[in-house]
Amino acid sequence: MANLVMTEDETMLADAARGFLDRSAPVKAFRDLRDAGKTHDAKMWKEMADMGWAGALVPESAGGSDMGHAAAGVLAHEMGKTLVVSPFLSTAVIAATALRNVSDARAEKALAAIASGETTYALAVDETAKFNPEGTSMVASREGNGFRLSGKKTFVVDGGLADRLLVLAKTDDGLTLFDIPADRGGVTRKAQNMIDARDSARIDFDNVEATGDDVLGQVDSAMSVLKPALEAGQAALAAEMAGLSAGAFGMTVGYLKERKQFGTAIGNFQALQHRAAHLWCEIEVTASAILNAGRMLDEDPANATLAVSLAKARATSTAQLAVQEGVQMHGGIGMTDAYDIGFYMKRARVGAEWLGDYGYHAGQVAKHRGF
Amino acid sequence: MQSNQELEGFRIELRSWLEANCPAEMRGGEPSEASVCWGGKNFEFESEAQRLWMERAAAKGYTVPTWPVEYGGAGLTRTQEKIFKEEMDRIEARNPLQSFGIWMLGPALLHFGSHEQKLLYLPPIARGEIRWCQGYSEPGAGSDLASVQTRGEDKGDHWLVNGQKIWTSYADKADWIFALIRTDREAPKHKGISFLLIDMEDAGVETRPIKLISGASVFCETFFTDVKVPKEQIVGEENRGWDVAKYLLTHEREMISGGGQGLSGGRALGAVLNESMEDGREMDTTLRAAAMRCEVDALSIGLTLERYKDQAEAGSGAGDASAMLKYMGTELNKQRHELLMSAGGSDALEWDGPLGNRPADWLRTKANSIEGGTSEVMLSIVSRRVLGLGA
Repeated sequence: MANLVMTEDETMLADAARGFLDRSAPVKAFRDLRDAGKTHDAKMWKEMADMGWAGALVPESAGGSDMGHAAAGVLAHEMGKTLVVSPFLSTAVIAATALRNVSDARAEKALAAIASGETTYALAVDETAKFNPEGTSMVASREGNGFRLSGKKTFVVDGGLADRLLVLAKTDDGLTLFDIPADRGGVTRKAQNMIDARDSARIDFDNVEATGDDVLGQVDSAMSVLKPALEAGQAALAAEMAGLSAGAFGMTVGYLKERKQFGTAIGNFQALQHRAAHLWCEIEVTASAILNAGRMLDEDPANATLAVSLAKARATSTAQLAVQEGVQMHGGIGMTDAYDIGFYMKRARVGAEWLGDYGYHAGQVAKHRGF
Repeated sequence: MQSNQELEGFRIELRSWLEANCPAEMRGGEPSEASVCWGGKNFEFESEAQRLWMERAAAKGYTVPTWPVEYGGAGLTRTQEKIFKEEMDRIEARNPLQSFGIWMLGPALLHFGSHEQKLLYLPPIARGEIRWCQGYSEPGAGSDLASVQTRGEDKGDHWLVNGQKIWTSYADKADWIFALIRTDREAPKHKGISFLLIDMEDAGVETRPIKLISGASVFCETFFTDVKVPKEQIVGEENRGWDVAKYLLTHEREMISGGGQGLSGGRALGAVLNESMEDGREMDTTLRAAAMRCEVDALSIGLTLERYKDQAEAGSGAGDASAMLKYMGTELNKQRHELLMSAGGSDALEWDGPLGNRPADWLRTKANSIEGGTSEVMLSIVSRRVLGLGA
């Protein structure tokens, strides 16, 4: 069983990340980005790359910092607290983990390009409104030595601006994962106007050419590469949502201490104290599941599914509670666009759906626990 | 820190010891209140296997694996303890011995007791020879525990104790009681309490079981009439018993949250639910969804208990956060038993019917969110001490 205390290195990483993000990416930065109609801050991503965040899961031999999944979770958690917009999950966690599970020279090069911040990725898996990779119907049909990809993907997070796409498609005897440039002929991207003001796209693939070199891992066995990538992404997303919960909770408790009604701070009322205390308890329990998932991915990745699904399920329900309680305890002001708590609510909703919702992951937990 | 090789050696040795020494009857099955081995002079073992299992485990220190060897434990490190738990869970071994002595008094004595007290009181707890009960609540001191009125009058070499305790769980079966006694009536309420150890066989101690909604009488009333308690039977300093009481409460809360009962056994709720449907019924979708949620929460709370133990090992105890564990664990345990009742359907409605203790166990869990501090008191502790609200 993993040790569930943050190491000194992890605490230092969290502090350093917090320091940087408080300066460069407070919630105000997100608001400015949204007001400007932008979904990506290239300068910020370059800075993150310089600090080794883009290469968090890239081996040192490819120029990465190779911190591991628990550490990536620490970074995602800190980013979640202030709603930082970055391609961290799509590129540094999901794509890097997929590429790392392929050992060839091309993957090594791609990893180096991730670590340097030069290339960003998006994962194109969803085809319907719910996450269901096994149900993929997009087809990659054989043509000569290569393939033709045809079909539609939706909710491709970071897909509007990413340089490259990881695309899951059906081949003769299974599923295959392709790694192609986003500007290849036949790829049409339509940006989605998302509630959380982040980058997401619907992408049409019309007879898109792919060669054998574009296949990540083996033909017909996408899952050997995709499963670890998805689990890494789910764990890091769970960490981000736990950070989001902590951020929303901090704002809310701050408000309870400062807002006065009936001649006293509203935090003196037991009805609100108990709501806040219950929320803190949920956040504290979820923190254990998050750390455990990171540890399992680092120490025993082949058996991490239960831990990861547990983390994503808990993080999803806790974040939902944190933002709903947050808005309620803020009262009317929580409904205004000028106040930040609403941003947390919208991001929590998107995070709840991405990479599998509560039902999907609770189902995984049940399956692993024999029912 | 032990090397992986040493730890692996420990695991292999432990595994073969368990294979050889844990009787088959002591493995598997949903732990029930009725199958708990409590130990003590008055305890009636449900089977020879239960007695054997307790004695064999005690001889190795495995009834209290992390206590020091000189006090009856096995002196396991935190990592060894995890391995111990994993290996016990692997064969679904029952806990060889559970008691308030292990959960509550032991940790308090280890922290506040003198070396002599530890040598005197701890080994009999570890061996299952002496069973302790807790004298905390009084008719007028429930959630407001620090207002206890049971009085200890200073008579030089002893205190003369008079008063009444209530909800003294298993007092009718216990050999000794640890009690909060007011030894200074002038001081502010938290500053006039002493933590005393009292032999239930002493003259003037009387106990009466209270019949509960479950039909059982696990809780009692205990009366003290001119009971002489020697001065050396105090834990910690005179009038500073509240510190001991609070420390003990954090352990009690961790225990009630799932470390000791209810969630233990390492069994998935769904698996237990499946078993209760052996008549060919299927779990309906509502029950299944609720069971899934319950399982997600149970595993996460279990991890949280482990995380706090890891933190304690690293030097920072759960402290006020034990209120969180208690609140979350007990509320979940109540839900879990609601689901078990629902899964059992009409079979679960008979006392000692096809599902045995299930209805009694279900009713018993309703006390979980009351005993050791109500859920509401726990939330108030969190909001005041952790969140700094209303301070």
